Amino acid sequence: MSLDEIKIGGLGASRRRVEDNRFIRGKGNYVDDIVLPGMLHMEILRSPVAHARIKSIDTSAAWDMPGVRLVLTGEMMAARNLAWMPTLSYDTAAVLATDKVRFQGQEVCAVIADDPYIAKDACAKIVVDYEILPPIVNPVQAAAEDAIQIRDDKAGQVGNKVFDWEIGDKARTDKAFEDADLVSKVEMHYPRTHPSPIECCGSIADFDRATGKLTFYVTSQAPHIVRAAVALVAELPEQQIRVVSPDIGGGFGNKVPVYPGYVVSILASILTEKPVKWIEDKTGNLISTGFGRDVYLKGEMALRKDGKILGVRMNTISDHGAFFADAQPSKFKIGLMHSAFACYDIPTAHMFATGYYTNKAPGGVAYRCSFRVTEAMFFQERMVHAAADDLGMDQAEFRRVNFVKDDDFPHRTAFGFLTDSGQYEKCLNVGMEAIGYKDFAKEQEEARKRGKLLGIGISTMTEPLGAGNSREYDILGIKMFDSAELRVHMTGKAILRTGAKTQGQGHETTWAQIVAHELGIPAEDIVVEEGDTDTAPFGMGTYASRSTPVAGAAVSMAARKVRAKARKIAAHLLEVSEEDIEWELGRFYVRSNSDRGVTIQECAMAAYSNMPDGMEPGLENTAYYDPPNLTWPFAAYFCKVEIDPETGVWDVLQFVAVDDCGVRINPMIVEGQIMGGLTEAYAMANMQYQTYDEEGNCIGANYMDFLLPTAWETPGFELYEVVTPCPHHPIGAKGVGECATVAGPAAFVNAVVNALSHKGVRNIDMPLMPNRVYEALTTGKDVYGMPPVRSGN
Amino acid sequence: MYPSRFKYESPKTIEAAVALLDAGKGDAKILAGGQSLVPMLKLRFAFPDQIVDINNIPGLDYHRFDADGSLHIGALCRHEDLEHSAEIAERQPTIAAAAPLVADPIVRTRGTFVGSVCHADPQGDWAATMIALGGHLVVQGPKGKRTIDMKDFVLGPYANALNYNEIAIEAVIPAPKGVARGGYLKLERRVGDFATASVAVALDMDGNRVLRAGIALAGVGGKTIDANEEASALVGHDLTESIIDTVAAAVAAKAEPRTDHRGSSDYKRQIVKTFVKRILVAQIAEKVA
Repeated sequence: MSLDEIKIGGLGASRRRVEDNRFIRGKGNYVDDIVLPGMLHMEILRSPVAHARIKSIDTSAAWDMPGVRLVLTGEMMAARNLAWMPTLSYDTAAVLATDKVRFQGQEVCAVIADDPYIAKDACAKIVVDYEILPPIVNPVQAAAEDAIQIRDDKAGQVGNKVFDWEIGDKARTDKAFEDADLVSKVEMHYPRTHPSPIECCGSIADFDRATGKLTFYVTSQAPHIVRAAVALVAELPEQQIRVVSPDIGGGFGNKVPVYPGYVVSILASILTEKPVKWIEDKTGNLISTGFGRDVYLKGEMALRKDGKILGVRMNTISDHGAFFADAQPSKFKIGLMHSAFACYDIPTAHMFATGYYTNKAPGGVAYRCSFRVTEAMFFQERMVHAAADDLGMDQAEFRRVNFVKDDDFPHRTAFGFLTDSGQYEKCLNVGMEAIGYKDFAKEQEEARKRGKLLGIGISTMTEPLGAGNSREYDILGIKMFDSAELRVHMTGKAILRTGAKTQGQGHETTWAQIVAHELGIPAEDIVVEEGDTDTAPFGMGTYASRSTPVAGAAVSMAARKVRAKARKIAAHLLEVSEEDIEWELGRFYVRSNSDRGVTIQECAMAAYSNMPDGMEPGLENTAYYDPPNLTWPFAAYFCKVEIDPETGVWDVLQFVAVDDCGVRINPMIVEGQIMGGLTEAYAMANMQYQTYDEEGNCIGANYMDFLLPTAWETPGFELYEVVTPCPHHPIGAKGVGECATVAGPAAFVNAVVNALSHKGVRNIDMPLMPNRVYEALTTGKDVYGMPPVRSGN
Repeated sequence: MYPSRFKYESPKTIEAAVALLDAGKGDAKILAGGQSLVPMLKLRFAFPDQIVDINNIPGLDYHRFDADGSLHIGALCRHEDLEHSAEIAERQPTIAAAAPLVADPIVRTRGTFVGSVCHADPQGDWAATMIALGGHLVVQGPKGKRTIDMKDFVLGPYANALNYNEIAIEAVIPAPKGVARGGYLKLERRVGDFATASVAVALDMDGNRVLRAGIALAGVGGKTIDANEEASALVGHDLTESIIDTVAAAVAAKAEPRTDHRGSSDYKRQIVKTFVKRILVAQIAEKVA
């Protein structure tokens, strides 16, 4: 009799997270928990100013302090050709500043000392003489004709422009706009924000002169890429580099890039011949590491009277900070921004994107976002909302009219992506029913008569998750596949290693469930290991919701290879030919007599003790998986708000989230991902942003200025599920980690704008802080841009 | 957390603590709840030579109503003690309303009422509450005890009237004439955020007649704003919507808000006015019931 898949913790089991056993006991092992004999501590001295020429650096007082072992400057890095490093967007970034500092918080010097107190004290003794230069804090200033050039280090760099880039059919799109009955236009800004994992970045470099081996412990979402980067950039022999990502306290994309602290700690360990630990503080993390968003949009939609979208134009200007260091693997300069409108059937579209350098932190595209999909879907749903309003059409109906229909897949989007599955209208209907959509207009009308402001917002989208396929996605030329290696022990227990790296996603739980599904080995009998490049197979890491689409698929494929071998063993044990063998969960049996069978565990024992003649012993296999396409989950979110007319404070009355992420491996973990993503969406919509004053000081350098919502103010979310399996994934799963962060913000903003629509308000830029909502509701005007940070008042 | 180097002492008596402060000549800091001091140490905004931890001094963690109706809060009374006190809930509505709004639940388990008042943060909830309530502090120095009226205590942002060798050992809120009423409202973007604006209102009432009125504001000026003079227009009158409107407008005018990323100065005045009105309207006799 076949096993009960839920009971053994297989596909669909809401199995408790095994990693939580250690996390909730405080027994996680994070990089800062690792203590090595003789370990030194590194502290980074950061620039207090946004833009300045370095006239001199005097480190003598720091060197003189007892306990200081090494003080590194940009000049010393330059002597070893390490003052600059390549970014993942084919630009260069400073490791320690040599000529200029280009953003507040940039790394200038590093002190390595016996303990972190001394290192910190010694940093304060370093004297840097800065010649202050005018700071550039937004793309308008960057584009000005007389703007000072930030990247004067780059030969051939003109002005402050990073790129101009376009995609789509311009001529055809122009024609669509000529033929339109109505053109709807909006302008908006998606503010800069920060992934802000609770654990900051950090590393321990341990170079052993005797063996020539570098062991590098690091908070990396992609340890194998770190090893590749060290091998390719620092030209250390790859077999002598071991990168270990221990437990990670959150990543959200912040821990994909290689940061200066990592490079400096490695050099420091080589020079001191001691392990060197560097642990970033919270301010350092917020002001210098990979941020998210900071993109301006001019959006236009060509519309026919009956509600059909004829064409779309998007014009984006992005602020990249001092170095073009977007951590993204596509060949597209503005990432996957052109995934916008993928769920709508639109004949033609054109996008023009421009990027600028500014005196702000470099990075970008992080924060639970597949390479600017978050901006794409926010802009899309704000444009859709405005267009429906401009047409005088119901928001749900306008979406319904323009959705790609269930039987139109595969569908080539106006910008060229290929979507492959979905039931968009069904998701919309589930959400409308749950939120009571059809009664809302009346409710809103009556509330307005009583002076109350109610609003409803919808956000629907499909997004490309799971980079990638090797045709279009690579990092440093390495294709975006991933891997899994499964070894079944003789007692039928197993160890699984993958090239991904969990940092809260629950791989230790869910990967075991995939193996349980494929082999019938109970999930609790399978241990999952990731993050050690000496033991795990090579993979591209965990971000962009790619683990399940890519590494998860590799787990399935590795397990299927193991099953194929086990089948041969079963035939041998049952003394029948392989063709006469059938499989049910956990067991092979003889087709003609189902009572005659052997379990997978019996096969495992035989693999080590009684294998057929000519068969290699052992039961293990490895799979490298290159996905044929991205996966396309769908989200339909509905938000109902009430605004306090005297304060502008808005409360979420109800939030309904319908997610179709294909087959769910562990529904509880999926729901946790969606809850977390919606909380982050709420944060960005309501309170969270990072801005800079006119001097280039980062406002958002600590948790008093950069706000993370708590359980206290975060609204409740009602979750619903629709399942459209991914047609090309071995178990039909799609990515989900980012869906809620991507689709969520527009639902909140659309709801608040809807509540004020009768006042003539069409847009309020995030964050929708009470004062900004109050301004819109009292003036009837749109609110643009970042909040002012200072005034002459 | 890597603060600058400091010496640490944990005296067992107030006298010993005062002696340490005296010896520190201004470079010693008191550690009570530590919810402001420790973050400042961490960021190296504060770098005292000496920390005087008063947590091991017995007998300071009380709050009690004396027979005359006055409320006494000891230097180690935590925010959460007030938040969860049945007596406070019944007899002191302004403090009862403010307590759950102080910082976040984690801070409230450690942070102290008196420490928060002494910290004199312009955003501080308790300094505003104390001013509205007309409270005073009992402080002890090398020469013994003295009292300081709250209206004279906050000198500016993070500046109070204590000498370097004095410890505030108790906060006292005088007994109400009639029935104590009032409330506290705060606009914050998130629990634990610095307030955009906070309003403390304390009334002593006889039926619907106001016998004493105090109002103070936090977050809308360089220091806690004392609007007791504006509030005093209520004294001797019945609470009505029209007098409430007048007082709310006067209190809003007294605020000194700055335009910043939490809102324009006009917006913050609007919040003050709205909150003053909301608290006062809720005290109109027939609405209290």
